[in-house]
Amino acid sequence: MSIVVNERDIVIPGEALAEGLDFLPGDNTYRENEKIYSKVLGLVSIAGRVLKITPLSGPYIFKPGDKIIGEVIDILMSGWRIKTGTAYTAMLSMQDASSRFIRKDEDLSRILAVGDYVVVKVTKVTSQNLIDVTMKEPGLHKVNGGRIIKINSQKVPRVIGKKGSMISLIKAHTNCDITVGQNGLIWLRGTPEGEQLAAEAIKIIEQKSHQEGLTEKMEQFLVSRTGKKIENYMPEESSE
Amino acid sequence: MIINKETITQLAAVQKRLDGRKLHDYRQPLLIETDISWTAEGSARVQIGETVVMAGVKLSLEKPYNDTPDEGGIMINVELLPLSSPDYEPGPPSIKAVELARVVDRGIREAQAIDLKKLCITPGEKAWFVTIDIMSINDAGNLFDAAGLASLAALKSAHFPVVDEKTGAIDYKQKTEKSLPLRKEPLPVTIYKINNSLLVDPTREEEETAQARLTVASDAKGSISAMQKGGEEPLSIEEVSSIIDLAIEKSAFLRQILTKSLQ
Amino acid sequence: MVYKQRLDGRKDDELRPMEAKAGVIPNADGSASFKIGKTWAIAAVYGPRELYPRFLQDPQKGVLRCHYGMMPFSGSGERIRPGNSRRAQEIAMVMTKSLEPVVDLSSFPNAVVDVFVDLPQTDAGTRCAAISAASIALADAGIPMKDMICSVAVGKVDTKIVADLTYKEEQIHEFNPESHDATVADIPVAMIHNTKELTLLQLDGDITKEGLLQALELAKGATEKIYQLQKKALKEKFLMGEKQL
Repeated sequence: MSIVVNERDIVIPGEALAEGLDFLPGDNTYRENEKIYSKVLGLVSIAGRVLKITPLSGPYIFKPGDKIIGEVIDILMSGWRIKTGTAYTAMLSMQDASSRFIRKDEDLSRILAVGDYVVVKVTKVTSQNLIDVTMKEPGLHKVNGGRIIKINSQKVPRVIGKKGSMISLIKAHTNCDITVGQNGLIWLRGTPEGEQLAAEAIKIIEQKSHQEGLTEKMEQFLVSRTGKKIENYMPEESSE
Repeated sequence: MIINKETITQLAAVQKRLDGRKLHDYRQPLLIETDISWTAEGSARVQIGETVVMAGVKLSLEKPYNDTPDEGGIMINVELLPLSSPDYEPGPPSIKAVELARVVDRGIREAQAIDLKKLCITPGEKAWFVTIDIMSINDAGNLFDAAGLASLAALKSAHFPVVDEKTGAIDYKQKTEKSLPLRKEPLPVTIYKINNSLLVDPTREEEETAQARLTVASDAKGSISAMQKGGEEPLSIEEVSSIIDLAIEKSAFLRQILTKSLQ
Repeated sequence: MVYKQRLDGRKDDELRPMEAKAGVIPNADGSASFKIGKTWAIAAVYGPRELYPRFLQDPQKGVLRCHYGMMPFSGSGERIRPGNSRRAQEIAMVMTKSLEPVVDLSSFPNAVVDVFVDLPQTDAGTRCAAISAASIALADAGIPMKDMICSVAVGKVDTKIVADLTYKEEQIHEFNPESHDATVADIPVAMIHNTKELTLLQLDGDITKEGLLQALELAKGATEKIYQLQKKALKEKFLMGEKQL
């Protein structure tokens, strides 16, 4: 009748987490024969009586409201097909592409061409993973210039940090615009050196995402590379 | 990614690269390890940055070709394993794999790097044939240089297997002290042209961005044994001249690392 | 009994020296290297990704697809011709079947998870090494799995029940002339770690039912050793020292 793991332990699929009925299986776990097991490689998280596992890797799972970055791969009669870096493409329909009215006979490739990258928001996810996205809200747009890097989507929360602390830290030290897609695609735009430092910093976070005190370590890294410490890097009102 | 290709093109004009390297710098680590496979007569693993290839040499006894009865032979094969990149699929070799194999093959064959006459045992009847199989393990760009380097390293590390004197059968489980008769050490270096700048050791994105490439295989003396132009756009004779200088310089650089690694 | 001491001096239940690593192929979504004796398997997982041609898609769940390949220089004899041999096709199929019972792809309709295993050198036990490597790679890729699959060969050499046969033991008549009458059985197995249920079971050779059941009992301990190594490899990927920071 006990728990056999500690908070933030790394566990592998099939590893026992607890025995008996005192605990409840949460995300990425399952119960069998009065034992709770992990279903993925990840970190143990104990919230009261609920045991869950935060995955250390794995595919992006679409959620309505998520901001993602994708590539236009096809133009259809009434919209665009967007590649999302997953097993599923998303649909951006004409009426969701722009706040202005798009006429039916307009050449859609003049609005978005094949190969263009876009920052869009997931609006609908069906059981078969048919995905609808929109580009009609503030902060959603076609991507111009800079570079796109890819990380594992499970590491995105660490790259953003608590209340956006990590991403603000990187933005402040690299002078880059950074847009993080929940699907693991990240758009960086600044000077070549700034973009490169930001890319390096994000790759380090991806590798060390399971470690504690990562923001402090990242600040040391960035200060050592730029030679200057920035005291108040958090924006007045964090938007991420 | 088109965005990255555009940025790569712009940066090349001011002698910069997406990953911050100088145009003529190889990625690190640049590692060469030999004897990685006990079943091969010679083998090597080459890592350039995140790119990894393995090469293995197998030797067999065959009847020489009719037009060269007193020579052994050489064959090079490349497998772009689907394990090494999301872009590769199972199935017969793609044109990319065929080109890669043939360019590495010509670099070694045309330099007469292996003394094929010394591979002959009985003219017209029996000679050693050398097969090099090159496997991509992680393709992060510049398979050409990695494949050339791995082939040469595998050849240099190879030892003949024991042959039963009575039956003539090869006992692959036992190796002799005898190495392959190598006369030269040609190494291919591929130079890429992006926005009128020349660069070495491209990433996958740089390869896709490049307008033209030229592979130049050269030996320690700077003799050229094979070339292959690729890419969409033409090269001027002046550009070819600069490319050859750069390729010979980098070939010497790689050969030095190879020599050090084999010590 | 003629075969008293194993050719390489191991105890009956002892496996050859092993080494496993997770995350060895940066391009892949998950990957692993698994060495047992002189057999070496490298596994890479790509997916879930789009599956083509479309008729292969399953609208109810993702499809698991394994691929197995011995590198041309990885055989202990002549060069192996590249390409998908009948043997490679069969092994790929049994690999898929051995991993499917623990892999949960219900959240990925119409998609595919590809597992590629290639071997740079071999000395018996290649399908088992391939499955053990694939299991690490799938976990590394973050694919939901009920459990790990641990695979090793057990069997009989003469009257001895042993784990992890080598090529020389499989061909004992050739390497130990005194054993010319001895019979050999090679039994590659894969087990679900927690339940000890078998997901791979093949047999080549000559063995009684009693001998087989003894060998399968021995497999429980043998696969536990594989499991401990798989677990260590996956955890080490994240616990390694701080390099860049």
